[in-house]
Amino acid sequence: MSNLSPIALWSRFLALPNDSRTKTLGIAFLVALVSATAVSVTSVALKPRQEAHVAALREAKLATMIATLPGLADILRATGAETLETTVVDLAEGTVATGIDPDRYDFLGAQTDPVQTVALTAEQDMAGIGRRPLYAPVFVLRGDEGLALVVLPVYGTGYQSTIRAYLALSADLNSIAGLSIYEQGETPGLGSRITDPAWQALWADRQAVDPSGEVVITVVRGKSTGPAEVDGISGATRSTTGVARLVRFWLGPDGFGPFLSRLRSGEGL
Amino acid sequence: MTSKTLQLLTAPLIDNNPITLQILGICSALAVTTSMATALTMSLALTAVLTTASAAISLIRFHLPGSIRLVVQITIIASLVIIADQLLRAYAFEMSERLSVFVGLIVTNCIVLARAETFAMRNPVWPSILDGVGNGLGYGLVLMIVAAIREGLGAGTLFGAQIAPLASEGGWFQPLGLMLLAPSAFFIIGLLIWAIRTGRPALVEPDEFPLRTDPRGDRS
Repeated sequence: MSNLSPIALWSRFLALPNDSRTKTLGIAFLVALVSATAVSVTSVALKPRQEAHVAALREAKLATMIATLPGLADILRATGAETLETTVVDLAEGTVATGIDPDRYDFLGAQTDPVQTVALTAEQDMAGIGRRPLYAPVFVLRGDEGLALVVLPVYGTGYQSTIRAYLALSADLNSIAGLSIYEQGETPGLGSRITDPAWQALWADRQAVDPSGEVVITVVRGKSTGPAEVDGISGATRSTTGVARLVRFWLGPDGFGPFLSRLRSGEGL
Repeated sequence: MTSKTLQLLTAPLIDNNPITLQILGICSALAVTTSMATALTMSLALTAVLTTASAAISLIRFHLPGSIRLVVQITIIASLVIIADQLLRAYAFEMSERLSVFVGLIVTNCIVLARAETFAMRNPVWPSILDGVGNGLGYGLVLMIVAAIREGLGAGTLFGAQIAPLASEGGWFQPLGLMLLAPSAFFIIGLLIWAIRTGRPALVEPDEFPLRTDPRGDRS
């Protein structure tokens, strides 16, 4: 133990027999350390780029959904509106949160921030999100006769991932104008079929809320029989019911319910 | 480059092809060959992972304790796969969306582990790199052939560019829908293997369980 310089220690370590316990542990530790460092550095360094792509995809999905909604092009032309107005809503009160700049509000970040969320009880938590943000953005399109379209950002747990979507409501605020899922990590080939445009198109013109204000929309097995039912996808039962539950949650009293009922009763934004 | 090292690079192209001779990596060969662009990206990702994994494992081969050999190899391969996946997500986002889980599944692709275990563990770094590149190219070659047939016949396009006018748009070409489904990749790879072994009978393995002709006649 005369020479304790790092180089001497290192060459003594390398000279150990390969099956000695010290060397086995040492090699395992070093390989894990190098691998972990390489993975973390790449992941952290590339994160901003990746998030920019996801954000661009999200905006493209919102734009596509709005472009494919029936009659929307006419509304846009009639009003001369280019895009949607963004407002931030206080979910509990159902009022517009005037103190928050809609362009700056980070909805995604707020979802995981304990200060900006409120805990949900198991009974309330239909969407499986645990905590719900206090404020949420809504996108509104105005026509000549007031509101033409309200787009709500919604999310919840499917079978194995968080499903994020935009839910568009028609002017009566009771029927769905369209649903667009832009982020999910369900089983490829099975649950991931919720992103099929054909399935998402089934949501258009469904009745989400009945005249008494009750959320009625459901996903059913087999063929839908009523205006408030959407066909499920066989092989994707948990994912499709997950979508139904998150839609029900966000339209319900713990989601955008209070805001929507204020709008329905004629109070402006 | 001597003929020996050149051999390392060219042998896996046909004679020792990872897909058609070693029959490895079939799962990803089925999944990503519906279009040439995805097949090319997948081949590049696999070649990059395979080459760096072979180099890294060859570099530390004298100091790898036998008891944790496989664990260390898998750790290195898995880390490289994650890095490749992250790079694709950052610089080729659309492509990574189309490849979905299959880049991540390179880690379970037997080609990488097979080359690490059978070649990189026993050879110096430079030959291991050549072997990695060669096997990656062999894999890529088969993928590109299969993808060209599948995309060409299934959609009438190559790399997304229309080469045959579709019947639905007033042309003469009726796309073969079967080609876009997974079974067609099995058929094409099977036919490729048949063609290669017909051309090079040396590649045909001896029958492991030959039928014997019983001299006492049929006793069934």
